[in-house]
Amino acid sequence: MQISANAQAVAYLVSAILFILSLKGLTHPASARRGNFLGMAGMLIAVIATLVGNEVQSYGFIIAGIVAGGLIGAVLAMRIQMTAMPQLVAALHSFVGLAAVLVAIGTFLNKRDAGLLNALLMGELSAGAIIGAITFTGSVIAFGKLQGLISGKPVKFAMQHQLNALIALVTVALGVHFAATGSIVSLILMTLLALLLGVTLIIPIGGADMPVIISMLNSYSGWAAAATGFTLHNNLLIIVGALVGFSGAILSYIMCKAMNRSILNVVFGGFGSDSTGAPSAGAAAMEKGIKSASVDDAVYWMEDANRVIVVPGYGMAVAQAQHALKELMELLEARGVEVKFGVHPVAGRMPGHMNVLLAEADIPYDHVLEMDEINSEFASTDVTLVVGANDVVNPAAKDDASSPIYGMPILEAGRSKQVYFLKRSMNPGYSGVDNLLFYQDNTSLIFGDAKDTIEGMVNALKGGGH
Amino acid sequence: MPDTLVALYVFVLACFIGYWVIWGVTPSLHTPLVALTNAISGIVIVGALLVTGLEQAGDWAEIIGFFAVLLASINVFGGFLVTNRMLAMFRKKNK
Repeated sequence: MQISANAQAVAYLVSAILFILSLKGLTHPASARRGNFLGMAGMLIAVIATLVGNEVQSYGFIIAGIVAGGLIGAVLAMRIQMTAMPQLVAALHSFVGLAAVLVAIGTFLNKRDAGLLNALLMGELSAGAIIGAITFTGSVIAFGKLQGLISGKPVKFAMQHQLNALIALVTVALGVHFAATGSIVSLILMTLLALLLGVTLIIPIGGADMPVIISMLNSYSGWAAAATGFTLHNNLLIIVGALVGFSGAILSYIMCKAMNRSILNVVFGGFGSDSTGAPSAGAAAMEKGIKSASVDDAVYWMEDANRVIVVPGYGMAVAQAQHALKELMELLEARGVEVKFGVHPVAGRMPGHMNVLLAEADIPYDHVLEMDEINSEFASTDVTLVVGANDVVNPAAKDDASSPIYGMPILEAGRSKQVYFLKRSMNPGYSGVDNLLFYQDNTSLIFGDAKDTIEGMVNALKGGGH
Repeated sequence: MPDTLVALYVFVLACFIGYWVIWGVTPSLHTPLVALTNAISGIVIVGALLVTGLEQAGDWAEIIGFFAVLLASINVFGGFLVTNRMLAMFRKKNK
């Protein structure tokens, strides 16, 4: 069966509409799954319309690629732990990037053999290859940092930005040379340099800025698809690329705003590089020392509380404490205690990371509130339980103008009557900034693995003591 | 109007749609959003199919195209399935 180019174009339009509706579905959890199915339908239509179009004539390699890739993708998706979602996403971004590079090179070979090369086409092709290559290696580095294969610390050296600018300049120059001459040597050199640029752009960004990196690379993968669309004169790729590119860009913006930093500051900043130079205003507070408390202390206050707010952070993900938290929530609710969860936009390693983990533990999403929704409630809350979060509740962000995190909007946990910090050690958060909340009179620290501590609370509540 | 200019029109208008649609996404679904856009950006599979399936494609183009199809397929299947898995977990109180 074959369809005409016009029929194919109409199918692509239907597909594009389905993708837009798919993203629209994520406006609310109730419509989100339908949105995902619409996306699948859009993809199916796009692939079938391409396969039955008159350009595709041989199917052997295609079927092999789809079957093998589909199997690998399905196994990955089914096996992956929810806590490892940032790594999976980084890996998937890298695949889009590499695929875009391969499509650019493959298109070059096909068009060259057919004698259809021209400067404009090769210029568009260069753009696709460059963006794809940066997305690929940048995502590989992000994956390495998230997986702990390479240090999450920012890698910085002298003249770094000048070097990056130089690499970028030479890459573009090679692209221009390629467009003008069609030299395959320039194409390959350009691609190799862009691959290098992906590495050098991402290594200076620290682990704490992972939510921004993930969002940025998400955006790049979209622009790579759009550039491929320009090369192939395929409007569907252009539309979808623009949607994804903007999605990532908006997420990056939201993440930066939640840290009160500019995107340039994140990209060039290398935050968390120095933990020295403790802020002066904090020094006085620190001398007062910290209080540590036992599990029973916390349980004593929680079981008689009207409201308990849990503030989860990356530490909850590391300790896999979300399931224990769900049990704690149910036990407290059975005693008439209202339990809510307050999530900071940059908690965890990717946008919305905490929400997914809490959902995994079957904690209803209407119990999970955003920063703006919950901040007014801390003052009337008896106990706030901070589980593996740190910088996002640090009052230094509001009070200490000399603090590196000054100006960052925080969850105002310190306003509740009692604050219990579940901490593994006294190590500061990823920003390397000491947390002034530790030294507040109403704050106590419970040391130990977060999951063990919460299970201890659950057992104490089940024991029905007190 | 030349093809490239039409493409530019489409691109710019799609950017506006992207801008408005994405701002509507609830923050609690930002991780599924990243996973879903990931799956959707697997649309480069269309480019990969066009490279690989061309009747006159040389050996190199076919091999390169095969890997592009493979990678994009991982994205499409992996992305949509993992998004579905995540979204299935978002529930209201189940009483």
